[in-house]
Amino acid sequence: MQVEQLEILDFLRAHAPFGELPEDTLQRVAAAVDVRYFKAGSRILEFGQAAEAWFVVRSGAVEIYRRNGTLYNRLTEGGYFGEFGLLRNKRVRFPAAAIEDTLLYLIPEPVFTELFESNEQFADYVEIEDRSRLRQVLSRREDANQLMTAKVDTLVSRAAVMLDREASAADAARHMTAEGVSSLLITAGDDEGEPDGAVPRIVGIITDRDLRTRLLAEGLPYDTAVSEIMSAGLVTVEHNQLVFEAMLRMLRNNVHHLPVLRHGRPLGVIALSDIIHYESRNSLFVVGNIFRQSSVDDLAALTGDVRACFTRMVGEDANSRMIGAAMAVIGRSFKQRLLELAEAELGPPPVPYCFLALGSMARQEQLIVTDQDNALILDNSFDPARHDDYFKALATIVCDGLARCGYSYCTGGVMATNPKWRQPLRVWEGYFTDWIERPTPQGLLDSGIFFDLDGVWGETGWADGLRRLVARKAKASPRFLACMARNALLRTPPLGFFKDFVMESDGRHTNTINMKRRGTAPLADLVRVHALAVGSRARNSFERLRDIIDADILPRGRGQDLHDALEFISMVRIRHQAEDLAAGREPDNSIEPENLSEFERKSLRDAFQILANAQSFLKYRYQPGRAN
Amino acid sequence: MLHLGPLKDVQGEAGEDDVHAVPDWPARFAELAASARDARLRAFYAAGLPAGDTPLGEVPMVALDVETTGLDPRRDEIVSVGVVPMDLERIRSSASRHWVVRPRRVLDAESVTLHGITHSQVAAAPDLGEVLGELLDALAGRIVVVHCRAIERGFLAAALRERIGEALAFAAIDTMELEARVHRQRKRGWWARLFDRSPQLSIRLADARARYGLPRYRPHHALSDALATAELLQAQVAHRYTVDTPLAELWR
Repeated sequence: MQVEQLEILDFLRAHAPFGELPEDTLQRVAAAVDVRYFKAGSRILEFGQAAEAWFVVRSGAVEIYRRNGTLYNRLTEGGYFGEFGLLRNKRVRFPAAAIEDTLLYLIPEPVFTELFESNEQFADYVEIEDRSRLRQVLSRREDANQLMTAKVDTLVSRAAVMLDREASAADAARHMTAEGVSSLLITAGDDEGEPDGAVPRIVGIITDRDLRTRLLAEGLPYDTAVSEIMSAGLVTVEHNQLVFEAMLRMLRNNVHHLPVLRHGRPLGVIALSDIIHYESRNSLFVVGNIFRQSSVDDLAALTGDVRACFTRMVGEDANSRMIGAAMAVIGRSFKQRLLELAEAELGPPPVPYCFLALGSMARQEQLIVTDQDNALILDNSFDPARHDDYFKALATIVCDGLARCGYSYCTGGVMATNPKWRQPLRVWEGYFTDWIERPTPQGLLDSGIFFDLDGVWGETGWADGLRRLVARKAKASPRFLACMARNALLRTPPLGFFKDFVMESDGRHTNTINMKRRGTAPLADLVRVHALAVGSRARNSFERLRDIIDADILPRGRGQDLHDALEFISMVRIRHQAEDLAAGREPDNSIEPENLSEFERKSLRDAFQILANAQSFLKYRYQPGRAN
Repeated sequence: MLHLGPLKDVQGEAGEDDVHAVPDWPARFAELAASARDARLRAFYAAGLPAGDTPLGEVPMVALDVETTGLDPRRDEIVSVGVVPMDLERIRSSASRHWVVRPRRVLDAESVTLHGITHSQVAAAPDLGEVLGELLDALAGRIVVVHCRAIERGFLAAALRERIGEALAFAAIDTMELEARVHRQRKRGWWARLFDRSPQLSIRLADARARYGLPRYRPHHALSDALATAELLQAQVAHRYTVDTPLAELWR
């Protein structure tokens, strides 16, 4: 029979997930709908009663509760509920009540079940766990911008061309010419190789430029062994890293060729020109420009370029990781250039030092609205009386310069200008030892930011050393982990959205939400605690999650959920900053629900739910006194 | 349904509409079952009705709406009928029925634009007499829920009289009348008529629905209007009655 209930059909068609259904399926569903009215204040479902239908809110508003009576969700027109019970044991799992006069459309259990089982997209959408929907959202987005999320190995056009280190420079030149390549990997077929001897060990790389600068310009004979003129201490990338990461690695290490490895075996070599050809030039241009400026004024003039670069990346559908990494490299370059300028002004440093980036820049999760968080590690020979004037001046130049360039001063005083954070290495080691071995929640609240640290300039090995110290000590200190976990629970996500409000767990409403404070920051905090517990030395939250998943301390699938939640919340935050910039407003982290699409609200709610669940797990796992 | 202006003498079509003479419907149906000549009509009456003291929560109902070519049952005719079975627990939209029927006189252009039924649809449609059995089956044993019972009663009675020479009587809950009981309770005295400028609340279907938070539906489709009426009754009962209210308080 042809569907005649046009009101029902039209309503369903206008609402997800029905709008996506094939027309004949949609008509079949619409024809199966029954209807029920509930007065405001009346109960709709009780826990444990037989689940016979799936409910779609046609008008009004409904509250869904957990079994213990706490609010789980609040729904309005187009919202749906009841799937949990239908998919489990056909008993109602989440009680429901009408909070306004409400008209409900009821889809009978057999129709719902058939739809769920036969239509994958529909099932993904209403899946029993909210997280799957978020996964779907993110993977669809990734499909849409394959270019930006391409892996390094897509750039490898041919197998690695290799040459033994005993060969001569002339052999190398002939080989490169014959193969038409601009670089060769140099191998050692010696006893240090793998036991089976099948895989040659890569000991270096030689490029066109090496032949020019290290052989011809030096006047060395053509029969010089390639091992004499190659670059050892190889910088490589794994085949499954993002093209973007390869680009950053080249920039950081000032190399133009990167061997690509898969399980330790060379797959090929990518050159900077490959990436430039392939990738957007945006952040490369900005970074290049930073290093060409010769005064703070000139650097400050680049702020507009930085923002334009950010907006362009958002427009090109870059993911949060690329944007965070690009902004961090830009921030890092500002610091490096300012330090170069400062050293030019003040003369060479009296003792070696390492300039540190902390917080989001160290995690490579920097966005447009950001504080400067930095510190200085000085050589152990540092003598305050003789040397501190220099480093104080250096710190002042850098911090003032950063403030001019759009990185506002840290309100918590975490800057190299603060004498407490301008100390010799052994003092820093003492700080970290103290924080970890004698933890107090308050103390760690102030120092938590130091557990995201990255060396930017100078003796960056010291920063690596501190990270190793933290990784070693932290996992052995349950009290420290418990304190960090406690602090990670101080900021909680909201429950979701209702009409044009943010809805808190206790049902209160607010007008705006700070996406950093209520979303990305508590997520990063939570990930950091787990990362410290498993001894991870990674800085980036996504990389930390990889280590956490490998260590297998989370319930199955939850690591990926956290990854998805972080990506989605970050992207909402990023997109809204980009919109602010496009509209000529000063970007911030506050978002008004009325500016969120229905789709964003739904997915954000899923992400908040994942965060809330993960916080509960964190609390349970790192209880003081619980052996991990 | 259609009521754009004052009803043209439709009240007179059904004499039992006198408020002071609410019939004992089951008894009336028993009489009619004995006297009806048409077999379909006889079966309809023989199906009986719940007693007047039955709690509303146990009463099987069916929402009904007819679309017509105009407002005068003596001149105008039915072009479509929609029915939606229901009770207070659930409106069985999934079991609803809708018939387009061919009027014996010509459709005028104005009514075509109102209910969206075209001449070609009507030309292909059966006569009401051909679907009468199905229609009566859908109503049998149930209390009919309508918005403005005079329309449905008047037009159905006239249509049956013309086809089988007998009228149709049915027990109805009238959502418009339930609305009037609340909003038209007191006759407005001369004082109020002089000085009370507040307009009388409309008891038309869409306006009544809006007062209960029900969504706006497009009017003038027999099935949408029947559904809209069914939802309105559930809302009225939820707000003003209970599942234990005896049926006789509502039926007319």
